[in-house]
Amino acid sequence: MALLEVKDLKVRVEEREILHGLTLTVNEGEVHAIMGPNGSGKSTLSHVIAGKPGYEVTDGQILFKGEDLLEMAPEERAAKGVFLAFQYPVEIPGVATMTFLRTALNAQRKARGESEYSTPDFLKKVREVSKSLNIPQDMLKRGVNVGFSGGEKKRNEVLQMALFEPSLCILDEMDSGLDIDALRIAADGVNALHSPKRAMVVITHYQRLLNYIVPDFVHVMSKGRVVKSGDKQLALELEESGYAQFEDAA
Amino acid sequence: MNVALAKTGNGRAVSDLFTSAEGRLPGSPAVAAVRREAFETYERLGLPHRRIEEWKYTDLRALVGEVLPLAAAPDSAALKRAAEAVKAHAVAGARKLVLVDGVFAADLSDVKALASEASLKTLHEALANEANAAAGDLLQTATTDAVISLNAAMATDGVVVSVADGTQLSAPIQIIHVATAAGASAFTRSHLRIGKNVRATVVESFVAAGKVGGYQVNDAVILWVGDNADVAHIRLMDDAPDAVNVTSHFVTVGADVKFNIFNMTAGAAVSRLQGFITLAGENSELSANGVNLLQKTEHGDTTLVVDHAVPNCVSREVFRAVIDDRAHSVFQGRIIVRPDAQKTDGKMMTRALLLSDEAEADNKPELEIFADDVSCGHGATAGALDDSLLFYLKARGLPEKQAQALLIQAFVGEAIEQIADDGLREHVIGIAERWLERRS
Repeated sequence: MALLEVKDLKVRVEEREILHGLTLTVNEGEVHAIMGPNGSGKSTLSHVIAGKPGYEVTDGQILFKGEDLLEMAPEERAAKGVFLAFQYPVEIPGVATMTFLRTALNAQRKARGESEYSTPDFLKKVREVSKSLNIPQDMLKRGVNVGFSGGEKKRNEVLQMALFEPSLCILDEMDSGLDIDALRIAADGVNALHSPKRAMVVITHYQRLLNYIVPDFVHVMSKGRVVKSGDKQLALELEESGYAQFEDAA
Repeated sequence: MNVALAKTGNGRAVSDLFTSAEGRLPGSPAVAAVRREAFETYERLGLPHRRIEEWKYTDLRALVGEVLPLAAAPDSAALKRAAEAVKAHAVAGARKLVLVDGVFAADLSDVKALASEASLKTLHEALANEANAAAGDLLQTATTDAVISLNAAMATDGVVVSVADGTQLSAPIQIIHVATAAGASAFTRSHLRIGKNVRATVVESFVAAGKVGGYQVNDAVILWVGDNADVAHIRLMDDAPDAVNVTSHFVTVGADVKFNIFNMTAGAAVSRLQGFITLAGENSELSANGVNLLQKTEHGDTTLVVDHAVPNCVSREVFRAVIDDRAHSVFQGRIIVRPDAQKTDGKMMTRALLLSDEAEADNKPELEIFADDVSCGHGATAGALDDSLLFYLKARGLPEKQAQALLIQAFVGEAIEQIADDGLREHVIGIAERWLERRS
């Protein structure tokens, strides 16, 4: 069974259709890159998978491990193993990062019927994980993403990914707002989390990110559809020739 | 007006309230005369209503209707129930002074532990002291209105605490008001005299014993803060959901003082804290913070009058309201700057978080400035929880209610952070958490 199956998905925002019948299959352990110009519907796809309000699915379906994802609330999807790394992680003043991480992890565990972490066990786990990702402890003491640089925000997303151990990670424009060093650090974190059980969907506008996170499959989106799929070679072609050739294909 | 004809909604004569209680009200004949005069004032004015400007948003006639009869003095069963409530609501390490249904309960209080650091009398004792010709003054205040007059007339007890110059209190004093009697009123009045160079934290908690409800509380606190003192005064109102609480504070602040006020409203169907604070000595700093947590059809009013009577003082007021369902929060802040009070720096800010479309927040800032070299201002915001933050939390596995709770805690947390004492801050956070759990 595929991990994620998006079948002929049609999505509207207010009165405008953004996705016009998108199909995508992701299996365990695979790394997929979704590329496309601005406005092609890449972020919409990631938002619909994560369950962000404001999108109306008019047709098609999304199955996750065979279950209908669209019937689930966002928090249920998270507990089942869907993780969206946000393009712009929000700042939450007044909520300490540690409190947030513990509350979220225990909420997911509770939803799965697993025992919740005690405070000492949780602290131990966070220390291990943050150490393996080279995340400084003082970052964890601040409010969630408050005053974080772009790079720190993305590393906080990677930390959560490591902590929650999802089976599907969707990285939405992870490279936006990052300089090359920050990008490398964040990508190293993602690569460290790659496993035969965990799939990654990397959404990006530029080929640059794919130098660091090497995809098994590359899909080109245009005007709300996947117009071409291939291997990593396709990303390099795009870098050469741009998206214009696909505008007509859509 | 022919007062004999004044009737309440239940057909009881208003004057019955006083005449039926008179036998239980302590004081010499001189004190009794002060009470009688105060009650006549109340009878003449009646409960405040919307045509009284100061009570425009909190119309007690409409919201409360009538004042319930005086609660009976607690019997041993009531004291036993009160003891349970005290255990549940005591701040860890604090010296407790407990008032049950308006009567001081020595057995539930830490009288001995407090004795080394402060002197304590009950208001009952102080009023009943025939040798004190000025006992009637204990029932007089510079500012008055109908509910304050009613308090003067009906006050049964309270604490009279005096902290000598130079004392550093080793633990907070916690005055706990426990209600055990449904359908009755408690009237309390306390006098707190904090000396010069004192460091002190005074907490007042209002709680119900078990499931008791439908009671009314009318409390008054007269507080003096001596020069160069560092004082925190914290009120935690956690009364039963169908109770009424009206509290009046009268504070006189000396010179070079650091004075912190914190109020939390987390209970009662109808409540009002009205504070009258006079900055009477130069170079003092007032920091007033408060949180109104309101749900269902609760009505919570925080009214603060800060009177800058002398130059060179700073006042900062930050109030937050979290309003759910059809609840109604009121903040009225008045800053008065007297003609001599140059270099006054007074600011107030209110922020309301509206959790439902029917929640209501009224905000009335007033600046009365008679000096010309001052810096004063006010600001207000109102809004809902941020959807993008909610979605982020949900995408990380938090159910809606838990995500909201985390954001609400963050919203009120900034005000609670102002409480310096760790144990006390945790206690206040606990009250907020219980309020969140009560949300439907």
